Amino acid sequence: MRIRMLLAFALLPLLAACAPSQHWELTSIKGHMPDLKFQLTGDQGKTLTAADFRGKIVLLYFGYTHCPDVCPLAMTHMHMVMQKLGPVADGVRILFVSVDPARDTPQVLHDYVNAFDPRAVGLTGDDDAIRALARRYRVAFTRGKPDAQGNYDVTHSSGIYIFDKQGHARLIATSSGDIDAMVHDIRQLAGASQ
Amino acid sequence: MNRLGILFAAGAALAMAGNASATPAAAGSAAAPLAVSNAWIRLLPGDLPAGGYATLRNTGDQALRLTSAHSNAFRMVMLHQSTHGKGMESMHMVSGIDIPAHGEVTLAPGGYHLMLMHRSRSLKPGDTVTITLKLADGRQQDAAFAVRPANAH
Repeated sequence: MRIRMLLAFALLPLLAACAPSQHWELTSIKGHMPDLKFQLTGDQGKTLTAADFRGKIVLLYFGYTHCPDVCPLAMTHMHMVMQKLGPVADGVRILFVSVDPARDTPQVLHDYVNAFDPRAVGLTGDDDAIRALARRYRVAFTRGKPDAQGNYDVTHSSGIYIFDKQGHARLIATSSGDIDAMVHDIRQLAGASQ
Repeated sequence: MNRLGILFAAGAALAMAGNASATPAAAGSAAAPLAVSNAWIRLLPGDLPAGGYATLRNTGDQALRLTSAHSNAFRMVMLHQSTHGKGMESMHMVSGIDIPAHGEVTLAPGGYHLMLMHRSRSLKPGDTVTITLKLADGRQQDAAFAVRPANAH
């Protein structure tokens, strides 16, 4: 009897993984957005592509470092999710794609992303490559006219795109959303695609 | 006015007494009935602009309007507001922030905030920065902002 019960418990995760419809707290975009694909410069100066992140769950966010309010809010939100994920976070990467490559050099980005989370990676590159990636996920951004000091504002999409370990687009979250919802779904994604 | 407000007012008066170039509008006028609490700055690396946040409570019978702010720790301070709509985030300068009589306004991430640019001195988490909040009627109030790390929440 006891053995049978243990077996049943051992099979539970498998059953869950095979279940026809899993419950997601966030908005599912499965099948509606293309797989992760890019070639950009990482915050350590090296060329990085989506292939470098296969095997990791990716949280993709578009922002810029001269953004004192909403970008830090999004990065802090993701950092809190990572903290709550515990060891699962080792298999998760935050990709912060700069939509302001003129000011966001790899060094600036490196200091910026690491101020939030050690598992965050900054990506920059030429404008065309960034625009191509943004278009791929229908992310819009506009840069304002520089003022006398050369400062300018950037308007950008607020979504956090979540990809599974195979690079498939799965979920979309917002930085003003519920942290536990993100934690729940990322855990489920980590378990489901193992 | 609560004790904190009185302390801030005393601080502002002292600061002005020691500063001959204090604006005439502020000199001699009563302290603003503005209580500032939970004041903090999210410090980003290098010289990236920082966000300043606080709860501003109007303890008086008349509406107040915050029109500018300045600090000796930053060369430029602007009043900003982040807004989001249709999935887009944007940030823009505002000419003032109204604080209703006996009401309060919260400057918080994702909404109203102070945009603090170009540090005049190096800052680190744990430091305290004085920011002077200036009202439309010329009165001003100093407030102590706690410097916190980038991922503070």
